[in-house]
Amino acid sequence: MRGGEAIIESLKKMGVETIFGYPGGQTIPLYDMLYDADINHILVRHEQAAAHAADGFARASGKVGVCLATSGPGATNLVTGIATSFMDSSPIVAITGQVPTHLIGNDAFQEADIIGITMPIVKHSFQPKDPNLIPSVIKTSFDLATSGRPGPVLIDVPKEVQEGELTDFNENLIQTNGYNPTLKGNPRQIKKASELIKQAKRPLILVGAGVILANACDELSEFAHLINAPVMTSLLGKGAIDENDELALGMLGMHGRKVSNDSINECDLLIAIGIRFSDRTTGRLDSFVPDSKVIHIDIDPAEIGKNVEVDLPIVGDAKNILKSLNNLFKGYSVSGDVNSWTDKIKQRKIDLLPRVTYDDVPLKPQTVIKEISEVLTPDSILTTDVGQNQMWAAHFYNTQKPRKFISSGGLGTMGFGFPSAIGAKVACPDDPVVSINGDGGFLMVCQELATVYDYDIPVIAMVLENRTLGMVYQWQSLLYDGRHSQTEFKDSPDFVKLAESFGVNAVRVEKPGETKEALKSAIKDNEAILIDVIIDSEETLPMLPPGAGINEMIGEYKLEKDVI
Amino acid sequence: MDVKYHVISTLVENKPGVLQKVSGLFTRRDFNIDSITVGESEVDGLARMVITVKADDKILEQVTKQLNKLVDVIKIKDISKNAVKRELCLVKVNIPNEKARAEIMQYVNIFRAKIVDVTEETLIIEITGDMEKTNAFISLLKGYGIKKISRTGLTAMARGV
Repeated sequence: MRGGEAIIESLKKMGVETIFGYPGGQTIPLYDMLYDADINHILVRHEQAAAHAADGFARASGKVGVCLATSGPGATNLVTGIATSFMDSSPIVAITGQVPTHLIGNDAFQEADIIGITMPIVKHSFQPKDPNLIPSVIKTSFDLATSGRPGPVLIDVPKEVQEGELTDFNENLIQTNGYNPTLKGNPRQIKKASELIKQAKRPLILVGAGVILANACDELSEFAHLINAPVMTSLLGKGAIDENDELALGMLGMHGRKVSNDSINECDLLIAIGIRFSDRTTGRLDSFVPDSKVIHIDIDPAEIGKNVEVDLPIVGDAKNILKSLNNLFKGYSVSGDVNSWTDKIKQRKIDLLPRVTYDDVPLKPQTVIKEISEVLTPDSILTTDVGQNQMWAAHFYNTQKPRKFISSGGLGTMGFGFPSAIGAKVACPDDPVVSINGDGGFLMVCQELATVYDYDIPVIAMVLENRTLGMVYQWQSLLYDGRHSQTEFKDSPDFVKLAESFGVNAVRVEKPGETKEALKSAIKDNEAILIDVIIDSEETLPMLPPGAGINEMIGEYKLEKDVI
Repeated sequence: MDVKYHVISTLVENKPGVLQKVSGLFTRRDFNIDSITVGESEVDGLARMVITVKADDKILEQVTKQLNKLVDVIKIKDISKNAVKRELCLVKVNIPNEKARAEIMQYVNIFRAKIVDVTEETLIIEITGDMEKTNAFISLLKGYGIKKISRTGLTAMARGV
């Protein structure tokens, strides 16, 4: 068996069925071995899309996503995707070709020090220089990518290692003595947490993607109901609790739901789970939960106290810890104070439901998201790009299950929406997958229309077309005297014709009701389609200006109850 | 918060790239690294890095936690409080005249330094000690004209068992 065959064999042993990649000079041996291999390879049209697709696959399935690129430019094209998965703790394994070992360091053709370049954005990396190491390296990479706080692992394989014969297929894990994630929460800390919860009069739960990554969503919902506390999420925490649950308030943060942003500072106990308190979630830190004690549960000890001062930390896996907490609260009778606080917040949630009913043309983005919500089932997957389209989706779409809302949170990567949907669809072929994009981000990755056509991947790509780079445009409108520097497209391609030129169906939507019809028939047809939605370019979401506290939103927050 | 010098002793895998990972982490997180020394440890395959950082308690906690997250980092200990700290420094100094030579040789004796190279115009002096001692010695030599200084950075070891 040769090195490349060992890569394929090891991936199969790890349960990998599909990899996303793009060949090049230093991966020709591996691609030659893939030619007869019993593993699917999806040829994307740009390596960045391979990384995003692997990421989307990982987020939708909870399994490792795998991408493959050649050395040099192939590898550097993966960088944005690797950084995206690193910031959002998504488990991917990126395999790159490298120039033959004897040429490393000589500035050989298509040589780049991808190990060095990606050092700050990977959980770990390997460069096996002996084919016998490959099975162990792959197995260890999967273990590192998925255990503890998940993240990307890079494997850089010199060309001659792909070709070299193995003498032995040894798949023992490589010893990593310095890596021992804490999984079990300290029982004494958990006991103390339960006491703080019992003393609290106005508790709130704030959850991030950690709860989804730990598969702890059932435990979270049980916990919230046992202690009768309202639940807010970060952007990436969407889906950790069914957003139709009366305790679920929705997203907190710079473009968060008003009920969340208005209520957070009223709590006297914040129970934060699997969340890293990003600046986009908290607003200005010194005015964030000033009168509250904070319990922080996270698997990464470095997140405790990094941004928000914590009264009681519990390091460990959210699922274990929530189970222990739930055991302590079995049959617990919630105090009258807590019940009346939670009743008040539930009522506030109803009063502050954001307005989604409009009959305007050009379409309000709210209308579009509302119609999407009406069509999609709880198992449908929504991926978003970055910018206004992302915030509209996050704000107005109620996610009901974990792993059904996929978005680039930490890095905020434009161009993520469409390729991540390709990965999600490969992971969940039976569920509708819709990607919401802006016209800016979609044009960064529109070449992937060729991929969905070639492999018949029935992704529904929606382009909310406002002919601006909406988020920056909005900041310029609100904070820079309307000086729209480089954020208005003079002209845009005809997105319908663009898709059709790739062989992909497309339809344009301009009036209320049309989004719904287009989506319904797209889901029924189960073919890739682009839906070009012409929207109002002046519509904005209320936001926190930079440096403002979480409850200091600017801009009018329109309410559903005011619709006559 | 109080900004102080901290000496962190770190046991790491003795592999290529580990120094880059550790120093890169400092750059990326905007931590202020003062010196770093690396050498083999008592365990085969492991190296010990002694890192000095200027930090307040909060940053020190982040430094420690972030270092701990690196897969190649095995163990970290802040040994600032009770450790033997040593640095080796080589100084090449001018000798303007015979009087200066005599004075310098006296300083060398007082500081228990060593002359390791002699020419008509210059001396190379080797001195070992903590940073304060080395700094004091260097400032005494400044008047004669220092041509070159080469310092190793601090290495350290916790006292006792």
